[in-house]
Amino acid sequence: MIELTNVHKSFGPKKVLAGVNLTIPRGESMVVIGGSGTGKSVLLKCILGLMTQDSGTITLDGEDTLKAERDAFLARFGMLFQGGALFDSLPVWQNVAFRLLRGSLARPWPEAREIAVEKLRRVGLTADVADLFPAELSGGMQKRVGLARAIAAEPEIIFFDEPTTGLDPIMSGVINDLIREIVVEMGATAMTITHDMSSVRVIADKVAMIHGGKVQWTGPVSEMDASGDPYLTQFISGSAEGPIEAVR
Amino acid sequence: MKPLTYPLATLGRATLGFLAMVGRVAIFAGQSLSHIVRPPYYPREFLNALLNIGYFSLPVVGLTAIFTGAALALQIYSGGQRFSAEAVVPQIVAIGMVRELGPVLVGLMIAARVTSSIAAEIATMKVTEQIDALVTLSTHPMKYLTAPRVLAAILVVPALVGIGDIIGIMGGYIVGTKQLGFAPGAYLTNTWNFLETADIVSSLVKGAVFGFIAAVMGCYHGMNSGRGAQGVGRATKTSVEAAAIMILAANFLLTSFFFTS
Repeated sequence: MIELTNVHKSFGPKKVLAGVNLTIPRGESMVVIGGSGTGKSVLLKCILGLMTQDSGTITLDGEDTLKAERDAFLARFGMLFQGGALFDSLPVWQNVAFRLLRGSLARPWPEAREIAVEKLRRVGLTADVADLFPAELSGGMQKRVGLARAIAAEPEIIFFDEPTTGLDPIMSGVINDLIREIVVEMGATAMTITHDMSSVRVIADKVAMIHGGKVQWTGPVSEMDASGDPYLTQFISGSAEGPIEAVR
Repeated sequence: MKPLTYPLATLGRATLGFLAMVGRVAIFAGQSLSHIVRPPYYPREFLNALLNIGYFSLPVVGLTAIFTGAALALQIYSGGQRFSAEAVVPQIVAIGMVRELGPVLVGLMIAARVTSSIAAEIATMKVTEQIDALVTLSTHPMKYLTAPRVLAAILVVPALVGIGDIIGIMGGYIVGTKQLGFAPGAYLTNTWNFLETADIVSSLVKGAVFGFIAAVMGCYHGMNSGRGAQGVGRATKTSVEAAAIMILAANFLLTSFFFTS
């Protein structure tokens, strides 16, 4: 279980997170929504330790993430980055098997390659792709490779940062379905950041909306439409009229 | 604040900013060295860096050295004629190349070719979240990106300097024997006899120091680049400027250390 308690983070005078409280139970898929620049990615980076919160605590199964042993802590996570963040200098299969070629999870190269090809197949890519370089792939294929990399070491917790940004609606649907299938199949705890409402409806068990640096609303996805929260209602409908200022 | 104190405040801010940057670079350089000696090690990255910094720099180093050696021979001959000292061409070409021009020109070429490429590559990785991805994959960016490049530069740039010295002397030899009328055997004998061990040692030590500076500056500016294409461009430009200036400053200090006692 991931638990955030009163987490604050500022950049100079700009308060991005102003007391976030959020619990992500084990095995659940939490989707965090909110407008651009509301601190969703910062929240995710604070959990992973890519940024350090100014105050407040983040715990994973009761252990403070700032005090956890880094390698063991990170070994529990997989992450799909918004732009894929594939390593340009490595072929696709080495990107996917990156963790399996180095460090504590290192395996022989043939075995790592076999796992990489299997994971590529799992996300709908053929073995031909394995030896290509990321620059030779389309945006949708890069996302799939990123997804294959995120699940390659079979982590307990998977983070997805804007998984459908920049993709056409059909490819977005494919990625959403894949994420849902993989999370269910692996029994992983998932946290997804998005402002794509179609992703929310496919991926989420629970939804948290961030606004003004705090969690504005949180609850099961089934209750989202009837929440009665004016901020969430405006966000779902995409209306310019409402409590969220259109010009921020 | 009174208007009279504005220039002082500006100067103070600039000085503090500069000193802070020097401190950050020094800490980064120290961390780079410490990551070189502490596991885990990434031999593949190291071999790649050896190839990129060493092998692929050979053409530019060779061409720079041969033309410099050839021009140096012509200059010394023409200048030496003014006081009937044109016979010292082999000795001065040798000492000039080995002690000074070889290391400095190779250092500057490495700054232009390698520092810029390291800074641009790492800065692009930062902008595209590849550095964050490394961290989430339990890989320390300093160990994976910086340590192999810095170690490779420390080891391979002295070799490039040695090769540059030899090719530079060969450029002088070609001009000396084909154009200025020196006897081939005598030219080589004079070159060989005149050089001392300290000349060669200083050349190689300078190479190692310049390689270290070039790689550290590329990695530092890449890791600390700003956002977007402009950030990558600025990191690349600043890294080359900083490396070139530091190489020239280090050259002065090393020359003072080796040859003024």
